[in-house]
Amino acid sequence: MKRLFINMLVFLLLFLQTGALVAQQRFPKPEFENGHTQPPTLTPEPRLLFLEYLDVFVLVTALLVTSWFVLKKRSRKGVFWTSLFSLAYFGFYREGCVCSVGSIQNITLALFEPGYKIPLTAIAFFLIPLIFALFTGRTFCAGVCPLGAIQDLVIFKPTPLKPWINKMLGLVPYLYLGLGILYAATATDFIICRYDPFVGFFRLDATFMMFSIGVIFLLAGVFIARPYCRFFCPYGVLLNWMSRFSKNHLTITPSNCIQCRLCEDSCPFDAIEKPVTVKIRENRDKAVRRMILTFVFIPLLVLIGAWAGSRFHENLSMVNPTVRLANHIFENKENISAETEVEITAFKSSGKTTEMLYQEAAALVNRFYWGSMILGAFLGLVIGLTLLGLSRFYHRTDFVPNKGTCLSCARCVDYCPVDREVVPSND
Amino acid sequence: MSNAEENNLKSRREFIKNGIRYSLVIGVAGLGGITAFRSTAGETVWQLDPSKCVQCGRCATNCVVTPSAVKCFHVYNMCGYCDLCGGYFRPGTKNLTTAAENQLCPTAAIERRFIEEPFFEYHIIEELCIGCGKCVKGCGAFGNGSLQLQVNHDLCVNCNECAIARHCPADAFSRVPASDPYLFKGFDKKRMGV
Repeated sequence: MKRLFINMLVFLLLFLQTGALVAQQRFPKPEFENGHTQPPTLTPEPRLLFLEYLDVFVLVTALLVTSWFVLKKRSRKGVFWTSLFSLAYFGFYREGCVCSVGSIQNITLALFEPGYKIPLTAIAFFLIPLIFALFTGRTFCAGVCPLGAIQDLVIFKPTPLKPWINKMLGLVPYLYLGLGILYAATATDFIICRYDPFVGFFRLDATFMMFSIGVIFLLAGVFIARPYCRFFCPYGVLLNWMSRFSKNHLTITPSNCIQCRLCEDSCPFDAIEKPVTVKIRENRDKAVRRMILTFVFIPLLVLIGAWAGSRFHENLSMVNPTVRLANHIFENKENISAETEVEITAFKSSGKTTEMLYQEAAALVNRFYWGSMILGAFLGLVIGLTLLGLSRFYHRTDFVPNKGTCLSCARCVDYCPVDREVVPSND
Repeated sequence: MSNAEENNLKSRREFIKNGIRYSLVIGVAGLGGITAFRSTAGETVWQLDPSKCVQCGRCATNCVVTPSAVKCFHVYNMCGYCDLCGGYFRPGTKNLTTAAENQLCPTAAIERRFIEEPFFEYHIIEELCIGCGKCVKGCGAFGNGSLQLQVNHDLCVNCNECAIARHCPADAFSRVPASDPYLFKGFDKKRMGV
């Protein structure tokens, strides 16, 4: 009896001692007699903070240099070499992350999820190119964006697209932007980063699917110049809006346009607006009727969009892992995939109740309901405004770049025969 | 249209454009300001919380870099230096030797060194580790849990959205401050001088 008691006491003391050392250890840490010291646990440090701020500095410098080449030097060569530098630095050295295109989602998530901590560099990468676009046009696209630079290299045989194809495909970025924001706002996924076609190239480590998508974009880019930038890029939408109100913008001619038509086919992106010299004044009745029609038509499109969007909210919400898991558990199917099983097991071991999961999922689906309604309304508005833009009559005497879609690459500049010295610009 | 009128129209247009431009500048800067004000962090990096980790093996397969930037880390301070190591040997191993058929690690990335009777020290050969977490599971089940999966910040490219985080069933991945980038469990950083 006494022996048992002593044993228990020893055991208790041992237990207390090890418990004080590190909690929950099954086997106490040994004390070596041969003087062996235990090695430290290696903890490699992340990239230096200073280098993150260097990225922002390089971004600003590259933007300044590109803007200077576009607006002051009017040099395509300069823009080209800057874009090659950006491809090397932001693309292959920084491996495509952090990038302005993806930063839309960080900003959105920071607005909708109070718990999310947004890195300052992400804010900087989002804001700086937009502010530049307001003063210098889309110089970010011309010389800084690595995604644009890699596509710019393969423009060998650009073919002009029919205006209606251009306009139709031009609607895709709005959808992509809307979906990107919807999924970021519901903390589901960063789809813009996930389906970034070139980041796999930059890391030299793409999955087969992403590699194929990237190759398809590059092959298509031989004939359709910069297809991702023009028909997918969600950040391009924002830059387009900003650039329309830019203070300075690339001009084709250094002084006055002489309508020589030499630059007419120089733009691989179909962003040069041809002169419309015939001035036909629309008759008043027709104009008024059109005006009324658009003002009825656009709200109608918005309403249809909102209705259609809200019809899709359940399908859209199935991308969210929480909603999907809740759905799997609710359905309780017999033959589930191994992947799903892992998720269900992990959920069960997390200690949450099914009711909590269902509540969480229901809240998310509700968010998706409103989100997809707004997305649909937004797309309706965009389609309406595009139609309005197409039906408006523009009077133009010169060849000018379209301030929204022009990527400021300065290719057209080399085609203009007008000398800067001849006539001083009065604009 | 007279010259003065034309000038007038032009300056009015200019005025409206300027107005829109500067309100956009304010809007965009305001958006940045709001997000910065609400929640900013200096720089953050991805890390996984070992107390949430269920060792499903997706870290090995979902990382954008190959082999995965998630590696097994050994917290020596927690290790019992056992001969029969649950992280090193397959369950049911008869002879506790380093023979390949006895090893749990699919890439033989754990090195076993004899220290003194009956203690052995286990080292992770990082170049071979694929981050599958088999040893972590074994160590957690039978031992002290000194083997833990962590993101190695030498290898992590710090994607905007971590591809493993998206697939993690246990929601173990989160962004942590870059100044304190490891989340070992049962490991007092201050005492360890790390």
